[in-house]
Amino acid sequence: MSQEAANGGSPRGRVLTLENMNPNVKRVEYAVRGPIVQRAVQIEKELKEGVKKPFTEVIKANIGDAHAMGQKPITFFRQVLALCSYPELLEDDKFPSDAKNRARRILEACGGHSIGAYSASQGIECIRQDVARFIERRDGGIPSNPDHIYLSTGASDAIVTMLKLLVCGEGRDRTGVMISIPQYPLYSAALADLAAVQINYYLDEEKCWGLDVAELRRSLTEARKHCNPRVLCIINPGNPTGQVQSRQCIEDVIRFAKEEHLFLMADEVYQDNVYAEGCKFHSFKKVLFEMGPEYSSTVEMASFHSTSKCYMGECGFRGGYMEVINMDPEVKAQLIKLVSVRLCPPIPGQALLDLVVNPPQPDEPSYTLFMKERTAVLAALAEKARLTEQIFNTVPGFTCNPVQGAMYTFPRLNLSQKAIDKAKEEGQIPDMFYCMKLLEEEGICLVPGSGFGQRDGTFHFRMTILPPTDKLKFVLEKIRDFHLRFTQEFS
Amino acid sequence: MSVLQEMSPNVKHMRQLEYAVLAKKAILIREELKQGVRKPYKDVIDVCWGDPHRAGIKPLSFVRQVLAACLYPQLVNSDKLPVDVRQRAQRLLQECCGGSVGSYTATRGIPEIVQRISEFITRRDGGAPSPSENIYISPGSQWALTNMLKILVNSEASTRTGVLTPVPCHSTTTLSLEGLGAVIVPYYLSERQGWELQVEELQRALESAKGVCNPVALYVINPGNPSGHIQSRKSMQEVIRFVSEKRLFLLADEVYQECVYGENSEFVSYKRVLAEMGPPLSDTVELASFHSASKGYMGECGLRGGYVELVNLDPAVMIYIYKIFSKDSCAPVLGQMALDLMVNPPQPGDPSYPLYDLEKQHIRTALVHNVKKALAVLNSLPGFCCQPVEAGIFVFPRIHLPPKAIQKAKEVGLKPDTFYCSRLLEEAGVMVTPGCEYGQKEGTFHIRFCIMTPEDIMEELLKRLSSFHTQFMEDFS
Repeated sequence: MSQEAANGGSPRGRVLTLENMNPNVKRVEYAVRGPIVQRAVQIEKELKEGVKKPFTEVIKANIGDAHAMGQKPITFFRQVLALCSYPELLEDDKFPSDAKNRARRILEACGGHSIGAYSASQGIECIRQDVARFIERRDGGIPSNPDHIYLSTGASDAIVTMLKLLVCGEGRDRTGVMISIPQYPLYSAALADLAAVQINYYLDEEKCWGLDVAELRRSLTEARKHCNPRVLCIINPGNPTGQVQSRQCIEDVIRFAKEEHLFLMADEVYQDNVYAEGCKFHSFKKVLFEMGPEYSSTVEMASFHSTSKCYMGECGFRGGYMEVINMDPEVKAQLIKLVSVRLCPPIPGQALLDLVVNPPQPDEPSYTLFMKERTAVLAALAEKARLTEQIFNTVPGFTCNPVQGAMYTFPRLNLSQKAIDKAKEEGQIPDMFYCMKLLEEEGICLVPGSGFGQRDGTFHFRMTILPPTDKLKFVLEKIRDFHLRFTQEFS
Repeated sequence: MSVLQEMSPNVKHMRQLEYAVLAKKAILIREELKQGVRKPYKDVIDVCWGDPHRAGIKPLSFVRQVLAACLYPQLVNSDKLPVDVRQRAQRLLQECCGGSVGSYTATRGIPEIVQRISEFITRRDGGAPSPSENIYISPGSQWALTNMLKILVNSEASTRTGVLTPVPCHSTTTLSLEGLGAVIVPYYLSERQGWELQVEELQRALESAKGVCNPVALYVINPGNPSGHIQSRKSMQEVIRFVSEKRLFLLADEVYQECVYGENSEFVSYKRVLAEMGPPLSDTVELASFHSASKGYMGECGLRGGYVELVNLDPAVMIYIYKIFSKDSCAPVLGQMALDLMVNPPQPGDPSYPLYDLEKQHIRTALVHNVKKALAVLNSLPGFCCQPVEAGIFVFPRIHLPPKAIQKAKEVGLKPDTFYCSRLLEEAGVMVTPGCEYGQKEGTFHIRFCIMTPEDIMEELLKRLSSFHTQFMEDFS
């Protein structure tokens, strides 16, 4: 008997175990950085160590990271940020005057004139004012109150904050949150963490991943039996599906939210990433206000935006904001408490956001270069979207919807029963089995559709369209070749 | 009825920061000053936060030069920047995906930076290994702490989770605990003994939790905030034995480890003390240590770079810790780089070293001078009593408020020390925070302010504070 046991002490087990840790954490998954990515990193290590493989590099098409795939930052933004970091450069005549003016203005608004000082938890006030003005310009003049804008550490931070605020109740009264299937797995992870009830509504793959209010209604009615649905989340343009909601659809959703007394969360981080002809980004706020005061003064909503996507692709800055519409003033005080736990969002991210909402104007020296770079990035993405759909639709066994917007393709895979059975044998979900095989054989890292949610019995993967055009073409063709082999192997 | 009316009870129960009252007032005052309204002061001295730059300290040139070159890589080729700056920036950029600070990084942080943090920890702790897999870089240390608390705190259980927390304790942690629905189990630091942590008090606190909650962790801040106390090795050993015996998880907030200046004071990390105590303790006590680029001489609070090192955790639990961190994507890249520069500053012989060392010494000299001066002034003012400050960047003097002042505070609906701070702001343009923000023994009052400021600002602050205090005590005598 050990000394401890002899002394009547408890057996030496760990203090923090799976059994006693927060049970909600056990349900958290985030496929975008999940097991397949961890395997990809391992393979990269092996390649570095000289292990021979059928490929020389791992192409990480799993994450919406434009710079990682070679997209260049916008020169003007980086100039201003460098000036903010090391203000001695304001004396350097290699920097344009408009960049210097922006930098001076930002530094003026920072504590001690340094980007190293904390800001107010809600974000630097003049930046929130600039964001409000941007929103007003974007939405045809509909007023935006800077006081209702909260800067955040990426849009994800703001999304989680709102959910944290909203989720309450016990048992059958527990808050239900409606999310699209497929969805960006931050939502399902946050809901698991908060022990909220996840309510799935299915996007229609046959109709280009369109959202049908009838499906919202079906899902809600079903959910009311076991929880208290209070929130409806929409991602527009969609992730992983890329669909751009029509104006009519947005109106229908708003009407539905009002009828059913739901808080709307509109994730609009891809708002500049619209490629398909006939598609246009309509902000939920704009549509809401254009529906008249019956809606605009009652529907409660939060819209989210970020510096990680669009044409900037500055994921590493963790810049973002949310605008909250029709928020109860008493609730604002509560929201402030929540955001103060974060202290403040990173100042460089706030500064970057300021530049995004306040870019060079036609009469400014940096305008020409800025527009050139912005246009080039968006044009390249549009081209890649088109190329992806084109090549994938030549692959027998792939059904690929047009990439209307965002940065991803989410094709459906036709997997034979034999393949499905083999996956089961290996203890893997079929699309994970498929993606793992693709990774091992071709060095291409995608995320299985099961990570995002999909109709039972269907299989997908999400691939980014971000690699440089040549490399993208290479990847698309490799995947096509792999799929043909795979189909052959499991026929 | 608003959808938002029904909201998380945990959030509702989070207390409002006293700071909010002062911040509102400060905005008004600054506006008035801008408009030329006459006041007995020309500016507001804001020393509310542990924010050296806000208080007037300049950023370190080396750090900002490297970051500028990383942001705008054209500068890597500019001979206007020292060679070592350019080399460092070049290396850091190579370690970023796509050579850009705009890319996401691995969940734990850029692997090479995590590795260098690991090496720093090993150097600091006299050789104890620090596997990279146990280190997570986060947007500030509080973010990592909140993630760890998420794992520890089960707000669904029938018995709520408790965390032993010092009194006084900086407010972000307690706010975070409230937001997670945890029970704060206070243990009182001993003011008369320089805010010492006494293990008997930990014992008492634990006892008090019986039947109230299920305590799972002990949170210590060393060097203390706001206390300025640095724990002795002996005290740390007692704490370690205590958590081992009582089966508590140890959360060690060590963000002020760089700011140690008391005579005979030395920072030693919990990890090191634990390692030196040998098995079985060194193999079994579960520890999370936190550090940050926000404090110390760099003071880069706004960049949001911090990390947690996990020791002796169950590998099965580590898998879930990874998931919790990964859904946050990653820490801001500039914050990660700031950490790297903190753990690997210029060395003697490097072109940037002389300036770096000069700037650092200047800040340190100011800090040491400020502590001395502040203590001397505070302890000379009737009604003030300040414990020795050995480390950290705050003073936390006790104020004996006259009954009339306490009464007046009640009348205007403010806590007595908040009332004092509010008056100090209004009449002297000095912004400090009240002790009630951090917790204090019932019936006692304190203020906290940051002493990491330029010397002249501290002189001005103390001058204004002295004259205000004298008047205040007279008015309410």
